[in-house]
Amino acid sequence: MIGFTLEKRLETSTKTNLLVLAGSLLVALSAGALLLLAVGASPLEAYGAMLKGAFGGRLEIVETLVRATPLILTGLSVAVAFRMLFWNIGAEGQLVAGGIAASAVALFLPGAAPWVPQNAWVYLPLMGTAAIAAGAVWGLVPALLKSSLGVNEIITTLMFNYVAILLYQHLFNGPWKDPEGFGFPGSAEFGEFAFLPRFTGRLHLGLVIGLVAAVLVWIVFTKTKWGYEIALIGENETAARYAGVSVFRNIVLVMILSAGLAGLTGFSEVAGVSHRLQQGLAVNNGFTGIIVAWLAKLHPLRVVVVAVLLAGLLVGGDQIQITLGLPAAIGQVLQGAILLSVLGGDIFSRYRLRMIRTTAKEA
Amino acid sequence: MTDVTTIPDVAVQLAGVTKRFPGVLANDSVDLDVRRGEIHALLGENGAGKSTLMSVLCGLYRPDEGTISLASDGRLKPVDIRSPRHAIELGIGMVHQHFKLVRSLSVTENVIIGMDGVPLRLDVDKLGAEIAEIGLRYHMPVEPGATIWQLSVGEQQRVEILKVLYRGADVLILDEPTAVLTPKESQDLGRTLRTMVAEGKSIIFISHKLDEVMSFADRVTVLRQGRNVATLDVSATSKGELAKLMVGRELSAPPARRAGELGTTLLELKGVSTLNDRGLPALREISLTLGGGEILGIAGVAGNGQRFLAEVVTGLRPTTGGAIEVRGKDRTGASPREMISAGVVHVPSDRLGMGLAGNLSLADNLAMRSYRRPPLAKGIFLDRRKMVVEANGLIERFNVMTPGPATPARSLSGGNQQKAILAREITAGHEAAGGAVIVAAYPTRGLDVGAIESVRARLAEERDRGSGVLLISEDLDELMAMADRIAVFHGGEVMGIVAPSETSIEELGLLMAGERRT
Repeated sequence: MIGFTLEKRLETSTKTNLLVLAGSLLVALSAGALLLLAVGASPLEAYGAMLKGAFGGRLEIVETLVRATPLILTGLSVAVAFRMLFWNIGAEGQLVAGGIAASAVALFLPGAAPWVPQNAWVYLPLMGTAAIAAGAVWGLVPALLKSSLGVNEIITTLMFNYVAILLYQHLFNGPWKDPEGFGFPGSAEFGEFAFLPRFTGRLHLGLVIGLVAAVLVWIVFTKTKWGYEIALIGENETAARYAGVSVFRNIVLVMILSAGLAGLTGFSEVAGVSHRLQQGLAVNNGFTGIIVAWLAKLHPLRVVVVAVLLAGLLVGGDQIQITLGLPAAIGQVLQGAILLSVLGGDIFSRYRLRMIRTTAKEA
Repeated sequence: MTDVTTIPDVAVQLAGVTKRFPGVLANDSVDLDVRRGEIHALLGENGAGKSTLMSVLCGLYRPDEGTISLASDGRLKPVDIRSPRHAIELGIGMVHQHFKLVRSLSVTENVIIGMDGVPLRLDVDKLGAEIAEIGLRYHMPVEPGATIWQLSVGEQQRVEILKVLYRGADVLILDEPTAVLTPKESQDLGRTLRTMVAEGKSIIFISHKLDEVMSFADRVTVLRQGRNVATLDVSATSKGELAKLMVGRELSAPPARRAGELGTTLLELKGVSTLNDRGLPALREISLTLGGGEILGIAGVAGNGQRFLAEVVTGLRPTTGGAIEVRGKDRTGASPREMISAGVVHVPSDRLGMGLAGNLSLADNLAMRSYRRPPLAKGIFLDRRKMVVEANGLIERFNVMTPGPATPARSLSGGNQQKAILAREITAGHEAAGGAVIVAAYPTRGLDVGAIESVRARLAEERDRGSGVLLISEDLDELMAMADRIAVFHGGEVMGIVAPSETSIEELGLLMAGERRT
């Protein structure tokens, strides 16, 4: 008889990690293949169409990058907080808060302060700063509740999402609704001075903001005293206090950075894509950011790679809906399958599978 | 059914067991016979391969080579132990050093958890009565309905042992069972073990403490660097011989007290009080002074305020009364960081809980005191390359055995973790002009003799350089040998401060029990 047993590894090599990752993806794609077969599609054809739809040409790549832009930023936002084991589940709400603040500047500052020069060099930094501040404030409430009263941040950050989303829906359906919008929900379009420059198609400066942010976060993590303190708190809070690190101060600072990045995402979306506050800002980018950060193992540069790949999966999923007439949910199912198998596959990085031969059981 | 031997009194036989990990030969062809009705000690330094060998026996690891045989009907039969569950089916049970209990469940629930054939509806009273009865039979009174978190550490250990007994184990493996026990609890455990072996059970007792091996065990096997270097009858050996076998060389005596004069006062506590986490008094008006070039011993049964003394002096716990002065300057209410700057360094009792971040690299851990200032820090930046260079320097000077500075602190042996902490703290202390205050809480606890020797030598060396050492210890021999004065704690109060030359272990014992010195 042959059986299997798991044995703990003392160390995990890079090669093992890559092999495990490849194996996990294979499992996820195979599971997806079964599903595709079940709905009567050819897996090879579908995967081919997805790949082509996501990366098959200039237009497709542009669309994938547009989709990846918010994921890079929210992925970073989540990675920063999770690194310190602060479970910020509120990137979605912080993003929306940032989008509201950026829109407020673009919509109402020209009227309130006509002396402010209406050009992009002035307005975009103002909107970005407002978005970062709004996101940070949205994140600070849970941070302060946690650091002073020990309130569980998972609950508070999660609940704050709904507050932000309801507020935002109220605004573009009510007080901020465009009077000349023929009854469609949504604010008036911003002035052109509040548009993020576009490179090609819908691809806008937000991608560059995301890439720069990734490098900055990477520098914070690996090259600064602050990054060292964050890692220390994340690994062992008692040891951090023992080393003289102020945990209170760091929870507040880390949440300002984390929630600020999420707020910046809101700015990038309204100023880069929609150019107004309307439906489509709260489309789970904040939650998908958690998946991105986790798959990237909280590494800021890997966040970029994972965000692009995941965006490709989503865009490709939309494509097969159009070209093959398959349900759009296929993309999401695959996303789930990949997350599940990569996280589940982690056990093989930490444990070694050993085959054992068992002799016939003795009486 | 081949390879059947007939040695009636052997219960377990390990023959030529070899276990390799990448880059490490943890067990090198180890032979071990454990007889029915004996307490067999497995002695060795940390990292000698004791735990690996026992993990092989209880099914956690599979040996790369070698066989394990169990007695059955008076004959030894080779067995293939597939898992801990299979091991317990074969009658081999392990009591781990770190308990694996569910803190919010009752004793009864913990004992039966994970067992096969537990009915859906529990007859808790009947099971509880059974468990209590087994407890009584082996001198381990327990209350089956009590919840784990309500129990003392010694009682929790009884539950662990009961778990194994209830599953019908005939061979019990105990991994450093006395490490967490008070002397009285250790005695009780000894009685329990004697009762078990009298019934024909076999006990394998992992330890690195010579005293308890001499007093508990019938036979002893010494492991060194993964090999069985000797199996001896305890009655035919001595502590000295065992120590030599264990470390492979002669050991020197603990460093002597200092002959010279005391320096200026480094630390003064004036009527300091504090509360524990539940808001109850933990220290009551403690007054102490510590001079440069002095080792002030702090004795007491665990849980009488020693931990809080360390936390208060290092700024980790706020005081509720009194004043703390470091080098004549009032530091009452100072933060941990301010205490570090004032030259107070700390070797904490809980190495992996407080002293180290286990998953971070050794270099990261060694930088915990120095990362704020140049040369490691440059403004807001941290020079990681210099951090590794500094770490390499400390590793070499303090003889820390590690594959390198990038190794996670967790994977070092206990002795080397402690050496790393000492390296960091002592070096940080050198920056304090006029000597540091070194708070060393149980610095040799859980270490093997070789590491103990080196830790004590380091502390003595710092004392000779003019630092003051607050040595909190439960090892009275250590305090008697090293301390210039010993303050005895009981119930958060100082019962008396005595000089080792003018006292006896007996007097210390009375003070520790709460008798005030008149």
